[in-house]
Amino acid sequence: MTDVQGQDRDFGPSDDPWAVLRDATRARVALGRAGDGLPTSRELEFRAAHAAARDAVHTALDPDRVRTALTEAGVGLDVLEVHSQAPDRTTYLQRPDLGRRLAPDTRLPGGTHDLALVLADGLSPRAVHEHAAGTVAAVLARLPGWSVAPLVLAHQARVALGDPVGEALGAGIVVVLVGERPGLSSADSLGLYLTHGPRPGRADSERNCISNVRPPHGLGYAQAADTLAGLLQASRQLGASGVVLKDEGTTLPPGAG
Amino acid sequence: MTVRRTTLGGHTHEFRSLTEVLAKATPARSGDVLAGVAAESQAQRVAAQHVLADVPLATFLTEPVVGYDEDDVTRLILDTHDPAAFAPVSALTVGEFRDWLLARAAERDEAAISGLARGLTPEMAAAVSKVMRNADLVAVARRTRVVTGLRSTLGLPGRLASRLQPNHPTDDAVGVTAAILDGLLHGSGDAVIGINPATDSPAQTIALLELVDAVISRYEIPTQSCVLAHVTTTLRALEAGAPVDLVFQSVAGTQAGNRGFGVTLDLLAEARAGALELRRGTVGDNVTYFETGQGSALSADAHHGVDGPVDQQTLECRAYGVARHFDPLLVNTVVGFIGPEYLYDGKQVIRAGLEDHFCGKLLGLPMGVDVCYTNHTDVDGDDTDVLTLLLGAAGCSFVIAVPGSDDVMLHYQSLSFTDVLTARSVLDLRPAPEFEAWLTTMDLLDDAGHVRELTPEAPAARALLAAARP
Repeated sequence: MTDVQGQDRDFGPSDDPWAVLRDATRARVALGRAGDGLPTSRELEFRAAHAAARDAVHTALDPDRVRTALTEAGVGLDVLEVHSQAPDRTTYLQRPDLGRRLAPDTRLPGGTHDLALVLADGLSPRAVHEHAAGTVAAVLARLPGWSVAPLVLAHQARVALGDPVGEALGAGIVVVLVGERPGLSSADSLGLYLTHGPRPGRADSERNCISNVRPPHGLGYAQAADTLAGLLQASRQLGASGVVLKDEGTTLPPGAG
Repeated sequence: MTVRRTTLGGHTHEFRSLTEVLAKATPARSGDVLAGVAAESQAQRVAAQHVLADVPLATFLTEPVVGYDEDDVTRLILDTHDPAAFAPVSALTVGEFRDWLLARAAERDEAAISGLARGLTPEMAAAVSKVMRNADLVAVARRTRVVTGLRSTLGLPGRLASRLQPNHPTDDAVGVTAAILDGLLHGSGDAVIGINPATDSPAQTIALLELVDAVISRYEIPTQSCVLAHVTTTLRALEAGAPVDLVFQSVAGTQAGNRGFGVTLDLLAEARAGALELRRGTVGDNVTYFETGQGSALSADAHHGVDGPVDQQTLECRAYGVARHFDPLLVNTVVGFIGPEYLYDGKQVIRAGLEDHFCGKLLGLPMGVDVCYTNHTDVDGDDTDVLTLLLGAAGCSFVIAVPGSDDVMLHYQSLSFTDVLTARSVLDLRPAPEFEAWLTTMDLLDDAGHVRELTPEAPAARALLAAARP
């Protein structure tokens, strides 16, 4: 049967000649017809996938859930919370500029750290709920000797909110773990964005991105953490991030900021 | 800079520039709020529409919203303006122009409306659209005729074509082929079989061009292919002797916006010349394809004019001013793709889709629409149904269709192949004539001209499915 994300679709008996098309691609080919429309089952299957994606966007970030998951994953860092200048989801979606700035009353403890990790709800809080703790644990395990700032959980946040957060914490590098825009079959993808020398005004070309962390369908925690640890080491050595590191990762996709 | 004012309900509204009048007169959308140019109240919006309605069309020839000296799009628009084509409406104001268009549409005087194209600037089209309702946009676009061709003829009355978009996350040849066959079996693909490549490399582009060319040749399909790579990549493919039917490029309404896309007008001209030399057309020689979308200039911080930021719909029309210079086969706005910070919900997407289609047609473009949405906009299939049926009524040249509405590479939803069947059926529209004849040859149409629902044993299905077998 079909799950709500449209995964693992059961296309019927293997002697179905349409299976030639279906086996060739994940695209929704050979769905059949009801007159000029789609059969009811296919139509409802599509609506279920869209509903899951819509709900993933509009779910509120649940700090308790993330804290519990972090504890269970063995992450012992303190967890702080910040809000962007977008007061609610409706504003957040229409004003990306507000999602990049910290709320005026924000207080963060200054210090000197090699790294700060920001868990940002982005366009899929669900991705943070499900994959942030596992990713953070795997990343920290690969960075012995690095001083890491308290974790920051960020509400109504875009990637660039990591710039003022990282600057306030006194971090040499900030990594923002952010819920990516949900697709029909991927409502829970986490993206990791690395920025060296975080401060407001950093350009997207100064960031590196690892996308689609979403085991078991997407990238696994260990694989993502291996790539990120490599980028972090290279970024620290080079004293920069972004296109200069491009050979070892990927730069920011358009519209992600 | 001319200050314009009007009194509405006892309150005087003042506008400092033509740019501000255009922005404040624009029906509400999130992108103009983001840019800080939207009307601050409903009353101010209507006041701006009153002021705009009284602006003579000729004013747009002398008061450019983006500077002539600093912007090559403005120079292109003004330097190629055709006074003879403008003559029938040159004495009218924006409001009088709306009335003129509605009168000609009611008389079904397609020649009068369509003949204006080169005499109108994008800003004139944008201006009149801002004082038109959705039904006005449909009624006039329906009587604006723009016919283009390469191996199929597009834009004829009573026709609705579709771009078959068989994208695949890794450009897998078998996966792409399966989606092409699914589309052909649904009667899609008469506008173009157009792939967004997963990676913008010359080698990948050439491989995809050869793949689609092989399918088109094998079944002798009267349509064209396109790989929507960057124009510089297509130039490399042309140099390598690849079968390039169409040169594709996203374009914007300002020089800075086009710089953001990595293109210049010269580059577009060079690529067009390269594709023309191949002489791959049978019924026409339109060899370019452009995509646009409201908000693209703002997203590149390329939306500034002489009197401050310009509204996104006026800039979108200026992108049409770029496109029409290169005699395109196809132009489409990607209306719901860019996100809720530009068009927030179904109402805004429907309005923008109708504006873009109307303005593109009025300016002489073979206008299509990618009726689409992302999962973070407040849009669903009910909204896309409304826009699709309105566009069908408006005589839209083509729409974009993907298997089951789900683009598995770009992660957004466009129309499904069945949505195209529904629009054709409800509005009594047919595919491009050459493609319709091919569908008949393949036994894919029933006696009433509708695309049959095939069993796998049907000869057409067997023939086409053979191509997908590894």
